[in-house]
Amino acid sequence: MDEVMVLTYDVPPDDFTRAGEASSDVKSKLKMLGASPAAVRKVAIAMYEGEINMVIHAHGGKITVEISPQSIKMVLADVGPGIPDIDLAMKAGYSTAPDEVRSLGFGAGMGLPNMKKYSDEMKIETEIGVGTTITMLVNM
Amino acid sequence: MDKFYHSVRLDESLCKGCINCIKRCPTGAIRVRDKKAQINKKFCIDCGECIRICPHHAKLATYDKMDVLKEFSYTVALPAPALYSQFNNLEDVNIVLAALLKMGFDDVYEVSAAAELVSDATRIYIEQHRNDLPLISTACPSVVRLIRVRFPNLIDHLLPLRPPIEVAASIAAQRAMKKTGLSRDKIGIIFISPCPSKVSYVKNPLCVEKSEVDRVLAIKDVYPKLLSHMKEVGNDAPELALSGKIGISWGRSGGEASGLLTDSYLAADGIENVIRVLEDLEDQKIDNLEFIELNACSGGCVGGVLTVENPYVAEVKLKRLRKYMPVAKSHIGDSMDQETKRQLSWTRELEYEPVFNLGETMMESFSRLNQVERLTKRLPGLDCGSCGAPTCRALAEDIVRGEASEKDCIYRIKDDLQRLLEEMGQKRDDSSGVD
Repeated sequence: MDEVMVLTYDVPPDDFTRAGEASSDVKSKLKMLGASPAAVRKVAIAMYEGEINMVIHAHGGKITVEISPQSIKMVLADVGPGIPDIDLAMKAGYSTAPDEVRSLGFGAGMGLPNMKKYSDEMKIETEIGVGTTITMLVNM
Repeated sequence: MDKFYHSVRLDESLCKGCINCIKRCPTGAIRVRDKKAQINKKFCIDCGECIRICPHHAKLATYDKMDVLKEFSYTVALPAPALYSQFNNLEDVNIVLAALLKMGFDDVYEVSAAAELVSDATRIYIEQHRNDLPLISTACPSVVRLIRVRFPNLIDHLLPLRPPIEVAASIAAQRAMKKTGLSRDKIGIIFISPCPSKVSYVKNPLCVEKSEVDRVLAIKDVYPKLLSHMKEVGNDAPELALSGKIGISWGRSGGEASGLLTDSYLAADGIENVIRVLEDLEDQKIDNLEFIELNACSGGCVGGVLTVENPYVAEVKLKRLRKYMPVAKSHIGDSMDQETKRQLSWTRELEYEPVFNLGETMMESFSRLNQVERLTKRLPGLDCGSCGAPTCRALAEDIVRGEASEKDCIYRIKDDLQRLLEEMGQKRDDSSGVD
């Protein structure tokens, strides 16, 4: 099917210099597809936040992006520690990021709130010690 | 005027068809086809990188020649601040300005004077638009062109004030008409430019209907002629300068931002760095800043491809020159009157030009992008440039757009040839077999 585009990315652990590679690749592809600027912006921000989260908290992971003329679906799956309290994690400003991460300018506690804000639908599946899968949908 | 007018062009007779320019072009606008470079007008932003890199001097900038002075009854020179940075031991800008008059101009008006007005207006604009920050500088036309085609989400962040060149031109034109009583068409407003990007701006300004600049000369053409006239002027030049530190500083990277009297800014120069900042801005990785100054050339305007001096040496000279200057000489005060507002504001909105779409429709784009992905996997991934495209991926895009073929890849040809030779060898072995 050529009306759907499936992209997969490995997010390497602990490498801040490479975090954002996946979202910027998706961004450039969306521009080539003629996606609306608003959709490009939402995907770029939501996915970058997700990528950074995977690097900080989960030792990397896998991202699958499905682009169709109707929507962009991003599935971010990791085998990290899981999120013990989703409501707390969703609070703006709440962060469990260690100091060395904060000193890099990350860990402001806006990751999940921004992902929610910039996606049209978001679903979090998490299990302690097993991992977290976040599915975000942005309408074209 | 053509929506995609460009001042950077090619002299085919000098082009050897090498890959230097296709590799350097920051927007992937150049291909080598039939042994000659071709610039894609839609992608080109007139940054001048290809002019800088071409070892055969086949890339040229379009600009006017000195004899344009004869076309008008009265001419006003608009020197870019970068002009002052070209001379050794220059201590007084007035010497350069007086030399311009000796060279044949009837009057001078410094672009740096207009720049100080733009600095004042930017400070006021920032105060009045605290919710729209950060604002992105619109002084470098290449940066504005880049944002227009590639960063639609940042268009709303562009500072909607005319660049100093335009403000200077309209002030100079009005002054000249008042002084001489001549009609506008008899007056020549002539900008002395550090770069081809400003030439494109004048032919096709993105923020006003028509530019008030009539002709554009290159600093590198004016410079040698100016030197001898500067000697004539000597050390006691009349007071002609209308700008101070703030205006002069616009000639180098960080100068425009420092004129805003805030620390909350970022200044990036060199087109690759500019692109990185724009990408990060688009992803909201950069926040809490009031102003983003971006210059396509390394070092800022002093690094323009039509200048003579090494940009970093030029920067030092500019710093020395401004040392004993007042902070600013041209002001609009704390609030803008209607006339100043009219002179500084954009008269038309900047519109997104989605030139990077792969297809005419989204369906076509999807199908083409999938084809590009498959093709890219089949290509060797060496990005050697021998096919005439800067990368294997770019070749794949060209193939899908119908502008190139897989046979343009010399590694694919080599593989095909190898296979053919093996088959032939096989056949010979078969036929010469002994029974």
